[in-house]
Amino acid sequence: MNDNFIKLEIEAKSENVSLARVVAAGFLTPWDATVGEVTDIKTAISEAVTNAIIHGYAGAADSSIVTMELSVKENILSIKISDKGVGIEDIESAKEPLFTTKPEMERSGLGFTVMESFMDDVKIESNPGAGTTVTMTRKLGAFK
Amino acid sequence: MGLQIDIQNRVLVANLSGEMDHHQTERMRAQIDAAFEKSSCRHILLNMAEITFMDSSGIGLIIGRYKNAEKRGGKLALAEMSDPIARLFEISGLAKIVLKTVTVTDALLVLGGTQNE
Ligand SMILES: Nc1ncnc2c1ncn2[C@@H]1O[C@H](COP(=O)(O)OP(=O)(O)OP(=O)(O)O)[C@@H](O)[C@H]1O
Ligand SMILES: [Mg+2]
Repeated sequence: MNDNFIKLEIEAKSENVSLARVVAAGFLTPWDATVGEVTDIKTAISEAVTNAIIHGYAGAADSSIVTMELSVKENILSIKISDKGVGIEDIESAKEPLFTTKPEMERSGLGFTVMESFMDDVKIESNPGAGTTVTMTRKLGAFK
Repeated sequence: MGLQIDIQNRVLVANLSGEMDHHQTERMRAQIDAAFEKSSCRHILLNMAEITFMDSSGIGLIIGRYKNAEKRGGKLALAEMSDPIARLFEISGLAKIVLKTVTVTDALLVLGGTQNE
């Protein structure tokens, strides 16, 4: 299968998260990924895009853009989700299971834990006031 | 997508459908809470049979409903979980606080048994 790349820009609205998931599933179609792989990838994307919307932009959609880039190179899927929101003060604590800055919204603090268990690698880059980029990779067809 | 709620055996049964992400859990949560508030049920049962996707927003919803049931001395049970949802259930440690059953009937039996504790 040939390598491929797409970039999607979405307004930071919660109803757009499902679109990001659908686009990712469509992008993966030629690679014949298993249902389980697609679900894992959709879940990880859902976590990162939701975080950008509710934490990065704190729910303010006006001219707030979340970018999703997907690429496949030799069976390795790379996902990059970025926002230009508030950024993360302390990345190490943010990654801790059950750590959340929005307990009143019934967040469980498990988003990064889910991303890390469903993807092979998760990298977080963030600068307070400038935004956050989460890069994740996953080998396709690893269970075939 | 939506939600249908009924009361069986003094258990609030919420038959959920659709995708349990941030967008859809907000409405599900409001509907479950309003029905629970009005009822005299102690236990809550979430029937997950028609849920096609779930992320950590769903975990948040489950923990929140567990707390509401607990306030009335009740329990929360989950029935009909698909494999991906069962995996999230394990990762999140929900198994420690939530009853996991195969069918709705199983759940009602288990919860019925704890009714008079
Ligand atoms: N894009 C982002 N911009 C700013 N802060 C973020 C971003 N992503 C995550 N965070 C911070 O990291 C914390 C942990 O994120 P994580 O996804 O693990 O948990 P959560 O979103 O709070 O809860 P859950 O994902 O379980 O609903 C968040 O509470 C938030 O403070
Ligand atoms: Mg999150």
